[in-house]
Amino acid sequence: MSAALILDACLVLLVLAVAVWTIAARETFPAIAGFVSYGLLLAIVWVRLSSVDVALTEAAIGGGATGVLLLGAAARLTDRAGRRPAGIGLRIMAGALCLAITAALAFVILTLPDPAPTLAPQAVAGLPATGVGNPITAVLVAYRGIDTLLEKIVLLLAVIGVWCLTPDDSWGALPAPWGTARQDDAIVLLARLLAPVGVVVGVYIVWVGADDPGGAFQGGTILAAMWLLVMMAGLIAPLPATSRRLRRVLVAGPALFLAVAFAGFAMSGDFLSYPPAYAKWLIKLIEAALTLSIAAMVGVLVIGPAVRKR
Amino acid sequence: MLQAGGSLLVLALMLPVIGILLIMSLDARHTGKIALALMPAGLAVALAIAARVWTTQAGLEYFIGGWAPPLGVALRADGISAVMLVTTSVVIGAAGLFARAEFRQPDNQPEARAPLMFWLLLLGIWAGLNAVFLGGDLFNLYVALEMLTFAAVPLVCLSGKAETLAAALRYLLFALLGSALYLLGAVLLFGAYGTLDIALLAARIAAQANMASPVWPLALWVALALMTVGLLAKTALFPLHLWLPPAHSGAPAAASAVLSALVVKASFFLIVRLWFGMLPGLTPWLGAQLLAALGAAAILFGSVLALRQARLKLLVAYSTVAQIGYLFFVFPLAANPAASTASAALAWTGGWMQLVSHALAKAAMFMAAGLIAETLGHDRIAGLGGVARVVPITVIAFALAGASLMGLPPSGGFVAKLLLLSAAVSQGLWFWAVVMLLGGLLAGGYLFRVLSPALGPLPAGWTPAARIPRDRQAVALVLALGAVLLGFAPLKSYDLLQFGRPAIAGAVTR
Repeated sequence: MSAALILDACLVLLVLAVAVWTIAARETFPAIAGFVSYGLLLAIVWVRLSSVDVALTEAAIGGGATGVLLLGAAARLTDRAGRRPAGIGLRIMAGALCLAITAALAFVILTLPDPAPTLAPQAVAGLPATGVGNPITAVLVAYRGIDTLLEKIVLLLAVIGVWCLTPDDSWGALPAPWGTARQDDAIVLLARLLAPVGVVVGVYIVWVGADDPGGAFQGGTILAAMWLLVMMAGLIAPLPATSRRLRRVLVAGPALFLAVAFAGFAMSGDFLSYPPAYAKWLIKLIEAALTLSIAAMVGVLVIGPAVRKR
Repeated sequence: MLQAGGSLLVLALMLPVIGILLIMSLDARHTGKIALALMPAGLAVALAIAARVWTTQAGLEYFIGGWAPPLGVALRADGISAVMLVTTSVVIGAAGLFARAEFRQPDNQPEARAPLMFWLLLLGIWAGLNAVFLGGDLFNLYVALEMLTFAAVPLVCLSGKAETLAAALRYLLFALLGSALYLLGAVLLFGAYGTLDIALLAARIAAQANMASPVWPLALWVALALMTVGLLAKTALFPLHLWLPPAHSGAPAAASAVLSALVVKASFFLIVRLWFGMLPGLTPWLGAQLLAALGAAAILFGSVLALRQARLKLLVAYSTVAQIGYLFFVFPLAANPAASTASAALAWTGGWMQLVSHALAKAAMFMAAGLIAETLGHDRIAGLGGVARVVPITVIAFALAGASLMGLPPSGGFVAKLLLLSAAVSQGLWFWAVVMLLGGLLAGGYLFRVLSPALGPLPAGWTPAARIPRDRQAVALVLALGAVLLGFAPLKSYDLLQFGRPAIAGAVTR
């Protein structure tokens, strides 16, 4: 048995164990801790499957951003009186349904053609027309750029949905509990030390994304984390939903992407097409703007709406 | 085959998106104006697409960025897309006019939350709907569904009241479950066929079916089942309708109109795309009958519950649960292996007629119900006495919309139900015909419960809670008239529904 196989087997067992732990945990906090570890373990699984781009995203979103969101939600669930666990019958039914779907999926996946049909050669063959070297970036910004553009609109709608929860009289107020700076030396030190490094790492991941694993989403999430850290430390204030500056950063990426897409009609004949001579630079420009917008979107989603003061 | 009209498809998809980006970056006082200015433009684009499909008698197709599928993403518009695009822009435009006064940014005051959110979310729904009706790629359609979900759910709790928040959360959970199941199915199909493009999938599936020994990959049927269940949860077909009544009755009237008229139809549209577009002539017969059985249950269950509601908006919402049921008769009636082509085409036309006439009628009815609630200050059916004397135009709109829902001649609902009924009878599936007739009878019953007191005398000493401007009542009336006048549409115009559609009846194997 080779070392790689043993490693993979351990990894699979660990993922399953953490998943069961997360479901079985009775308290919110341990369940969230389990969920975050589960996301990080999945990221390692993606690395083992040679999908470094997916691994980066899984670590940033599944492990990072979602974890912070869940912690924030758990902190607001202080009122225990209103909570009652689901009945045993319902839980058994939900479990049985999940098991049935999982079993069907597992069985069907074994029947899929092997080797799996793939578009990878075509994605690589199209690279010269886009000027980038990472086929995943080409998929995201060129071949299937429309999906990326519309996903940014989905994110924007999610931000709007979160803002929508603001009470009318608090519209324009600072989101709580971020409105007051917390005096905690450790987090202030961490923010001062880590944030500059984190920003450089985030920008680097976007910059290399054109030719190597990385890209706007992964880099944007790291930038968002740094923004949140500096806010948590009370070094800067969060921006209210009415801030023009914040709104312009939120739309900058999708707006630039859309403008370039329409310019494609004039430059190279098609919506969302790039003239080969400028393709790489246009794609880098779009990625840079998208990174800023994604960082702002993820940040705003995690901060949440302004809450009425009690 | 890139056609010259392809860029129209891009425009239809992107107009609402441009609106969202403009509203987010400009000053709040422009919010409503930007949205309202885009609506006639969107209607013009939709009509231009319909005109092109009509004159060329074929579908339009556009490969985004010039990248052909399977690598790239195609937008396609056939007859049913064109009809849905036009219906969508009419209903969204009407909702915009109806909501103009209600969601106006206050002058010389700081920006208000609700108007900004309403217009952004309305445009978000419009973008999502157009993306669903034009999408040719399963993953692109997933993104479209997500746009719809994330725009529709916050609209439900726009007022911020606790009960609407609970309704929105329940809606979100059903919608996300549906998205997850849909995505699982799409992934399986990609694993089995190496493409997400519906036309390419159809060709590859047909190639397997036509081989000397047909191969039926298990993945295809599991994927179809997962995606269908996921989309049914979003369509709120019985028994997955639990989220709909509180969500649709809790939203502001203009939003309820759009949610009930259009949003639940988008996922139905995708089920049709999968069952007929991806599996041309291969629609599974048992599955089609099962869908119709759920539709029948929805009609009976939804109508009976509508009869028992104490509140007007909930009654209208349960009526949506019932009316959605009729749509699902399309599956057995248009894909019956034993049916003649003419009979299948009748059912196909009837199904889409039901969809469009219900969209217009239900939008009108929710607007009317909203206006009645505003003028009375409540929407208890027991307290509707004499409301026809206060807002006669609104009550007429409600009654006309109701006539179409019941299937009274000469309304669009009558033609729809007549076509479905005659298809069912001619194919020997008379039991579905019985359910349709019962549904019409029950609809008459629950509408009588509203109209009978509404036309009665006013209680003594009654004063209105709010004055209702004529133009808002007129919007509801025009939509209701549209639902009725649809019944007068010339027979020739029904051909539009057939253009670019794959052959549906005949070669059914299961």
